[in-house]
Amino acid sequence: MESVTKRYADGTVAVDRLSLEIRDRSITVLVGPSGCGKTTTLRMINRMVEPSEGTILLDGEDIQRRPVTTLRRSMGYVIQNAGLFQHRTIVDNIATVPRMLGWSKQKARARAAELMERVGLDAALAKRYPYQLSGGQQQRVGVARALAADPPVLLMDEPFSAVDPVVRKGLQDELLRIQDELGKTIVFVTHDIDEAIKLGTMVAVMREGGRLAQYAPPAELLAGPADAFVEDFLGADRGIRRLSFFPSASLDLTTGPVLPLDATAEQIAAAGAPWLLVTDAEGRPLGWGEPRTLTAGAIRPGELLPYGRPFVPGTDSLRAALDSAVLSPAGHAVAVDDAGRVTGVVSQAAIGEAIRGAHAADRADEAKVAS
Amino acid sequence: MNVLNFVQAFFSDGAHWHGYDGIPQRLLEHVQYSLLALALAAAIGLPVGLLTGHTGRGGNALAFIATAARALPSFGLLVLIVIVLGFGLLPVMIPLVILAVPPILVTTYEAVRSVDPSPVDAARGMGVRESRILFQVELPVALPLILSGLRSAAIQIVSTATIAAYVSLGGLGRYIVDGLYQRDYEKVVGGATLVAVLALVTLAVFWAAGRLAVSPGVRRR
Repeated sequence: MESVTKRYADGTVAVDRLSLEIRDRSITVLVGPSGCGKTTTLRMINRMVEPSEGTILLDGEDIQRRPVTTLRRSMGYVIQNAGLFQHRTIVDNIATVPRMLGWSKQKARARAAELMERVGLDAALAKRYPYQLSGGQQQRVGVARALAADPPVLLMDEPFSAVDPVVRKGLQDELLRIQDELGKTIVFVTHDIDEAIKLGTMVAVMREGGRLAQYAPPAELLAGPADAFVEDFLGADRGIRRLSFFPSASLDLTTGPVLPLDATAEQIAAAGAPWLLVTDAEGRPLGWGEPRTLTAGAIRPGELLPYGRPFVPGTDSLRAALDSAVLSPAGHAVAVDDAGRVTGVVSQAAIGEAIRGAHAADRADEAKVAS
Repeated sequence: MNVLNFVQAFFSDGAHWHGYDGIPQRLLEHVQYSLLALALAAAIGLPVGLLTGHTGRGGNALAFIATAARALPSFGLLVLIVIVLGFGLLPVMIPLVILAVPPILVTTYEAVRSVDPSPVDAARGMGVRESRILFQVELPVALPLILSGLRSAAIQIVSTATIAAYVSLGGLGRYIVDGLYQRDYEKVVGGATLVAVLALVTLAVFWAAGRLAVSPGVRRR
């Protein structure tokens, strides 16, 4: 997008000289408060709104040169309330664009069935009507419908805003998985900064008056907001959220205070720690206990305090590790493997050390880029 | 004698069941007038209603015209037109059509306008052409309301088509007009009963049409 402006007849400027390079096969998130012109920007890409000034190039070609219906059919479009056709069955909803492009009914329906599977919809829903589906399921249909003709570009306008947080998280994870498989060029509009940071390869923060405040990868955004507006928009726990981008693999785990249920008095004494993590026979965590309250030889689960939420080193970030340590009465995070067996524990202090290390590495990277 | 006796006497009289003044003949005429009037009214009301509803323009002007048309008395209009144009089918059709256009026009306009805008936005964003948006996205969803407009128009036409008899045409109004003139109340009540039954049949026909034409996804069952 090159210096694109949208000015309405009454003089209101929705988008002000916006220049944005959207990378192929990545998710670009437009985020900002309401009225910042993010939806207008998105709608200019498929010419639902025509820009007053500036040009939008798609693969180097001005989109104004393409017939508007051809352009739109080459871009999937997903909107907030899914916008399903309530008189059509789910399978026919998904088959809309393929049918318009002249596919046979059979081929379009086969494609629709394939997409239902891809977005995680039960095939039994194919013959249902939209009103029989939950909001989250309808939104999945919306995504499937947008993907039906395999367009290279996907435009998504606050697609997950109307569903509850649990369903939203599921839809976001699903979108990331689909993106891993399909590699579309996705432009995603949201007012939710957490959603932007979770989904975006690049995040464009917009401010009132349709101006671009910052355009950067999410980790960079959290590390260095361009100005007070972006900092304010990112919210209070920016530091904690940034930890999501630091891996937990390098944490030093210790198995010293980890003991089985049938630990003897000697073992308890030998551990020499103020808190001990007790595991079951398979090595799964049961809880924390203080040595003086434990019955040596036959520890009862009733003597233990909850261990909180364990993290998986390598898979989870430092944020998950820190959260685990904060939740634990012992001040230690519990690390488990994929099967849920304890691989060790790590103290808040050690996690703090790892965070400082990660920040230092980040600064070194920046300095390298700068020089 | 009460009304039920009149009804019983009218329908059990064999003479009322055949000939040019028989029930089948009068019923057929009545249905023909009604269908013709409804078709003409729909030919005016549906396209204008669909178009204004889709574009969202002209709603105020439309409501004004419709209200004005509703205020016109059909019978007075009939007399006036007969004075100007003379006898015939046309003077009967004009007041019937004027009567029927407003409910069709206004409900069609409202039906299309009140369609949820998000599927329309989605369709437009997917590259569906405007004409297809109207007929394949908006119309199927607006159909129940449009049918209800047609239904009230049809029922008004069926009951008002009795006035055709005043200008020497046939139809079920014949019994009422002639009965009153001849002080034959059996005939008046019989004719009125037939009109009422025909109105109920009209209702049933529209109910069936709704079952057939409206998608289960819109009917929600």
